[in-house]
Order: sequence, then structure tokens, then C-alpha cells
Amino acid sequence: MLIYILRRILTMIPTLLIISMLVFVIIQLPPGDYLESYIAELQSQGESVNEEKIQYLRKEYGLDKSMPEQYWTWMTGMLQGDFGYSFEYDLPVNEVVGDRLILTVLISIVTILFTWLIAFPIGIYSATHQYSWGDYGLSFLGFIGLATPNFLLALVMLYLANVYFGTSIGGLMAPEYIDAPWSWAKVKDILAHLWIPVVVIGTSGTAGMIRRIRANLLDELQKQYVTTGRAKGLPPGKLMRKYPLRIAMNFFVADVGNLLPQVISGAEIVAVVMSLPTTGPMLLDALQSQDMYLAGSFLMFLAVLTVVGVLVSDLALAALDPRVRLQGADR
Amino acid sequence: MSQSPRDHYVSSEPFDPHSIEQLTPEQEKIFLASQWQLMWWKLKRHKLALVSGFILLCMYVSILFVEIIAPYNLHTGNDDATYAPPQGVHLFHEGDFIGPFVYRREATLNMETFTREYTDDLESPQKIRFFCRADEYKFWGLIEADFHLFCPPENGNLYLLGTDRLGRDMFSRMMYGARISLTIGLIGIAISFAFGIIIGGLAGYYGGWVDFIVQRSIEIIRSFPELPLWMALSAILPVNWSPILIFFGITVILAMLDWTGLARAVRSKLLALREEDYCTAAELMGAKPKRIIGRHLLPGFSSHLIASASLSVPNMILGETALSFLGLGLRPPVTSWGVLLNEAQNINVVALYPWLIIPVFNVVIVILAFNFFGDGLRDAADPYK
Repeated sequence: MLIYILRRILTMIPTLLIISMLVFVIIQLPPGDYLESYIAELQSQGESVNEEKIQYLRKEYGLDKSMPEQYWTWMTGMLQGDFGYSFEYDLPVNEVVGDRLILTVLISIVTILFTWLIAFPIGIYSATHQYSWGDYGLSFLGFIGLATPNFLLALVMLYLANVYFGTSIGGLMAPEYIDAPWSWAKVKDILAHLWIPVVVIGTSGTAGMIRRIRANLLDELQKQYVTTGRAKGLPPGKLMRKYPLRIAMNFFVADVGNLLPQVISGAEIVAVVMSLPTTGPMLLDALQSQDMYLAGSFLMFLAVLTVVGVLVSDLALAALDPRVRLQGADR
Repeated sequence: MSQSPRDHYVSSEPFDPHSIEQLTPEQEKIFLASQWQLMWWKLKRHKLALVSGFILLCMYVSILFVEIIAPYNLHTGNDDATYAPPQGVHLFHEGDFIGPFVYRREATLNMETFTREYTDDLESPQKIRFFCRADEYKFWGLIEADFHLFCPPENGNLYLLGTDRLGRDMFSRMMYGARISLTIGLIGIAISFAFGIIIGGLAGYYGGWVDFIVQRSIEIIRSFPELPLWMALSAILPVNWSPILIFFGITVILAMLDWTGLARAVRSKLLALREEDYCTAAELMGAKPKRIIGRHLLPGFSSHLIASASLSVPNMILGETALSFLGLGLRPPVTSWGVLLNEAQNINVVALYPWLIIPVFNVVIVILAFNFFGDGLRDAADPYK
């Protein structure tokens, strides 16, 4: 098991390295470097350019050096917790992003929990009651959920909430908490606001997962050991719990690898529509104003979040399923 | 002892050893049918897929004739009818049937909120004209014409789905938007198809280190959340590109992240198929890899590929819609559904002018249709099962 974990973590490192290179290339692609556009922007606003500061930044981020060197500076900086400098906000990136990263992680985790809670029982019901009215109804709902892009769902929800409740459901906390330090009251308030984005983000993922669980469990239910168990007179509930469900559990944990990128993608765009204080709106701003260090560190953060999430699910799978653990050697 | 005549006899016809294997006409039809014919029969039984396919066909045919179907031009704006709500089409006026008509609109400016308010003048019906002349357009950007399927009444307006902030007809804009949104899916899938077949084909046929590199890069691309990467890539498209170039840029960006699924499918199929005897035979006869892959292996699962491609078209359409919605995708004057929805980004706009989110329903219908159709195709793709 220990070997498996070690191996899995070691394969993660090259992945992250390549991702960081990709991100670096992406943030380098726009013509000119950031300081040039920064200076141009300052000049267009008629502000004086602080030569000293420019020189300092140029030196600090090695913008006068070659590409590989710049990459090295950027990457080693990140490893030490220095994500670069946001020109838009005129602050180090660390200070700009603040709570947003935590809230993004929070929303992603809660959304996945929500997806599990909803998808698992419904998937089991659909599989055990195949071709019943319940199955058809749920499948139909699932298709609609799958086909409705979540940002459009967010728009429709915003409209409905406005019509029926006359309130805005945007945001993630009551206005008085936005700048308040973290406290229990703030956490409670966030949790109270959290469910709407979670439902919106989770819908399509849930629908997809229900379909996959259903298909998986249906395959499992046709296997001979289930027939054998039934022939031996095991009560249906026990039979389900002891065999097919356990196998389906594995798949369920492994499916996070599919789910997580989808949830994180969805969270970004829904956050823009519902103006949630997560990474979404800020990433969009940063991309539009070509504030590339900020955008780059967001991209990097989202990628790390995904990779680590998949790692956790793989490790959980290994803990759950001895086949994975033992086959780990030749994976 | 009376013997009744026996009811069996020995036939005098010569014995035909194949008589038992003779096929009835129906069986013969099935056994001799080509693979594509079998697929069509199987697809025909999937009613939902058929209906979806029909809807898609109608949509794709209609985007050929957008200029004629849309009553207005893409850019025709009416300063006196900004944010006008949808007009209802009526058939009966005061109990008499007079054909499809709309009521004349009165616009007043509310001086407190500075918004226009519209009231229908129930006394004056205005008949919708059919097969008529109205806004001029260039059909496919080539032929100048002004013929429309139906037009607004004389001295009146026809806003079936309301207007936007510049008083442009939403219905017409949606029709024009369909042209972009639907073709971007097809062009995108064509590009990602090419990527997927070439890369997956190489990986599956050669195996070894080629396979290893392809597999790892697919894993890396897939481990990245799609949307942020799309956003980042489309944000770096130069600002001074023309809208048409941006259109192709966005399509390529969408395709660049989409080929992985197809490449995986091609790879795993090829890995299995290249062990088959006919493949070895072709190799022994000196066929080049390109010919073996293209002539012998790909046709074996081309139906699967088509099915999986039709399942990933919606992903493309959604990606484009999301990007344009965020303002990172297509730029006006190129108009897609996402560009239209971009105007509805703000909650205040949505609350005041809810008809601006109508393109949402188009997107949902197209995606549902593609999903059902693709599902049906996938089931039909293996007719021998």
C-alpha cells in the first residue's frame, strides 16, 4: 500500500511540472511583457510611471532574462509561496486572492458531496427498478440536467428567484460579512448561501453520475454471482448490500476523476453569473485585462486542485479495493 | 384387418441437402443487408433518436436559408423599439378570422425610470405579410436580395421574441446565431476528429513509446479543468484579429482540448484490432501502416467513431456558448447564441427583460437532440450484436 501511494505521488510530480510549463507558456503568449502593458496603461491614464518600481519589478521577476530562466523564477517562487505580482491590483498575487481559493475549494468539495448524496440513491433506485416509471422519470430529469449548461441554469434560477422571491440570490454571504474576519456566524451565513450555487453547479455532474452508476450497477446485477446469491435465497436487500453495491462503490469513488474537472469548470462560470467571491470572476477579469501572473496562478491552482483531488480519490480507491492496491505495481 | 392409408410418403423429387438451410425472403433480406442498412433499421426502432435526428436536420437545413426565414436583418435596429417585449401573434380579431396579425405597438417613455413602456393598441390589427419584400440582405454574403418568408406588417413591427438594447429583433438574431453556433460544432468536431484519428491511430498502431507519450499527454490534458483552459487560450487571441479569424481561432481552441476522448477510443480499438489475422495478412503483403490503418482498421469501427463524434458535438456548442457568454469568445458582428446571451449576463437585465434569455432554450434543445441522436447511433453502431 505504501509503495502504491509513493508511486502514485511520484507520477503526480511530472504531471504537475508539465502543467506548470503549459500554464507558463500560456501566460507568456500575449505579445510584450506585463510591465510594458502596465506602463502603457499607466501612461494612457496620464499617471506618472514610477521608474524605480518598474526597475524593481523587472529585476524581481527577471523579465529581462531568457524564457527558461523566467520559468524557473516563476516556478521556484510558487513553490515558496510567492505567486508573482498582480499588476491590475498592484499587489502581490498572494494578497489579492486571499479567501477566494478557500471558497473555491469549499464549493468544489460541497458540490461533490452533494453529487454523491443525490446520485448514489437515485442511481441504485434506477438500476434496481429498471424500465419502471420511476426509472424513466428520473432518466428524463437526468437528461434535462445533463443538457442544461450550468451557467444557463444559473441565469434561469436568478430570474425565477427574482420573480418569485424578489431577492437576488447572487453572492455567497450577506453583505455585512464580506469584509468581516472569519467567525462562526460568517461560516454559518456562507453555508446558508452555499446551497444555490452548489445545486446549480452540481446538477449536470449529478445527472451524469446517475447514468454512469445505473449502467455500472446494471452490468453488475447481471453477473452470475448475483444469480447464485439469489438462488441460494439471500434476501434482496442483503444481496445488494453485500455484493453489487460494494463493487459499485469502487466505481463511485473512482468517478471523482471525471467529476472534479467538470465541477471546477462549472464553478468558475457559475461564479461569474452569480457573482460569487471565488476564483471565477477574478480569473475572468485577470484574463481580460491580461494580468497574467494572477491568471497564471489561478490556472495553476485549479490544475493542482484537480490533480490532488484525483490523487485523493485514487488513494481512497486503493484503500477500498485490494485489486487496485495489488495491481498498482503494473499500472 | 383394414389398413388406413398412411399419411406420409416418399417424395419422388430429387433430394436437396440444402433444403433446410434455405432462407425465407425476410431472412435473406437481413442476412444480405449491408452494415449501414442494418444500422439504419436499428436506428429506426429508436424513436427518440429519430425525432432528435429530424429536429437536427430541420435546424441544419434552416441555417442554409437564414436570410429568408428571418424577417429582419442581423443588424437592423429600431431606436424606437429598444427592449420591446415579444409580440403575440393572433388569428381572430373581434371574433373574425383575419389571418395571422399583431396589434400595433404604442411606445411611451416613462420619465421616472427612463425606460420605454409598450402597450398594444387592441383596435388596430396589422396583418403579417408572407412571401414579401423587406430588409435587404446578401444571401450567403454573395447575392443581394430582399425576399423574406414573412415580414413585418406595413408601417409596423414584428418582434416575435422581443428586441434587445439596440432594438434589434431577437428572433432574427437567433436565426442568424444558429448559423454560427451550429456550424462551430461541426467544424470543431471535424478538426478534433482529424486530431483524434491521427494521434490515436499512431498510438494504437505503433504502441511502445509513442503510445506512452500520447497516453501521458492525454492524461495531462484531461486532468486540467476544461473551461478555465479554454478561457485562458481564447483570452490570448490577439485583439486586432478580424471576427472571422477569431471564429476559427475559437474553433481550433475548442477542438484542441476535445480530441482526447476520440483518440482514446481509436487507440483502444486499434490495439485490439491490429492483432487480427487480416491485419497480419496485410502486413505480410507489404502494406504500409497508413494503408493498414486507413483501409483495413478504421472502417471496422467507423460507425462507433461517428456515434462518439455526434456525442461530443454538444460539448463544442456548449464551450462556444460559455466562452462567448463570458465575453471571451466570438466578437460582434459575428453573432452566435452565446454572443446573444452575453447581453443577459447581468441579473438586472434578466429581471427586466426576461426574453433575452430565450436563446438558452435553443441551446438546451440542440444539446438534448444531439445527445439522444448520438445515443441512438451508438446503440445502432454495432448492428451485429
